[in-house]
Amino acid sequence: MKPSDLPLDRLGPLPLDQDGTPVFAEPWQASAFALTLRLHELGAFTWAEWADSLGAELSSQRADCGPNDGSVYYERWLAALQTLLARKGIVAADELLQMRDAWAEAYAHTPHGQPVKLRA
Amino acid sequence: MTHDHDHDHHHDHDHDHHHDHDHGHDHGHSDIPPDPALRVKALETLLTRKGLVDAAALDAYIDTYETKIGPRNGARVVARAWSDPDYLARLRQDATAAIAELGYGGRQGEHMVIVENAPGKHNLVVCTLCSCYPWSVLGLPPVWYKSDAYRARAVIDPRGVLADFGVTLPESTEISVWDSTAEVRYLVIPERPAGSAGLSEEQLADLVTRDSMIGTGLAARAPGTSP
Repeated sequence: MKPSDLPLDRLGPLPLDQDGTPVFAEPWQASAFALTLRLHELGAFTWAEWADSLGAELSSQRADCGPNDGSVYYERWLAALQTLLARKGIVAADELLQMRDAWAEAYAHTPHGQPVKLRA
Repeated sequence: MTHDHDHDHHHDHDHDHHHDHDHGHDHGHSDIPPDPALRVKALETLLTRKGLVDAAALDAYIDTYETKIGPRNGARVVARAWSDPDYLARLRQDATAAIAELGYGGRQGEHMVIVENAPGKHNLVVCTLCSCYPWSVLGLPPVWYKSDAYRARAVIDPRGVLADFGVTLPESTEISVWDSTAEVRYLVIPERPAGSAGLSEEQLADLVTRDSMIGTGLAARAPGTSP
């Protein structure tokens, strides 16, 4: 579904900004962005493949009515990257989940104020 | 900005950075970052172990897009186009090459196309699929460009969108909406402001706003001119 298929009254106002607003709201957004550019440069996927993957994620987001102001954009970006990397056989979905849990574990077991280190 | 997720207490605890202890609560262990941050970290770890990425390369991208590439690049392209008819001719013929003359090039292999505003003719750029945007000349897109509201309304109701941005055009002005793709990105060349004849290229560039190069705004007035 394209956004233009939606009734206008469901779209809400435009999230207007000021010129010069920071481009990344949180550090992980910048990391997800940089990973994507790097992998594209290495030839892991074409930019058209990336745009298709991101477009598909952005379409699925509208179905569940998340905040529609662009704040979930990088979450969709990250989901699109995961999907594309899994499809390309670069990072499998379960491999990613295991590593995600390992990091959560590492944070949970590191005393506050200490650098968090991944075990093994 | 609203967040449905627990983003508020995210800190980058992976490094030896300073820590903010004014949390108002104390877990006794490090705050677990929100899920997307953990997934990005997991991707970074896995891709680093596979030898595909390294921290220095990633930092370089972030630094470039946060500090080095932004709408000032595009403003210089527009100012040159206003000042130099030969340059404008080259932009019309092959915008990618003409923009590269000023040292700005995209890494996504995108093909740049300029669309020129003129009396009675206005151009507006959108990406209805996702958020394709001329990064090399405008930096990263603003939040509103990525929103469903803009992506839908720019196509259906461009005049309404322009009104939200405070831009009212004469009824007779024809508005063309350009849908960007992964392959083709558009840069709007706004109309040169009245009374700007004596300005240098650098002074002209100061009149070129980001929004004027997307088509949701107009170039600023020349100094000393009245509305």
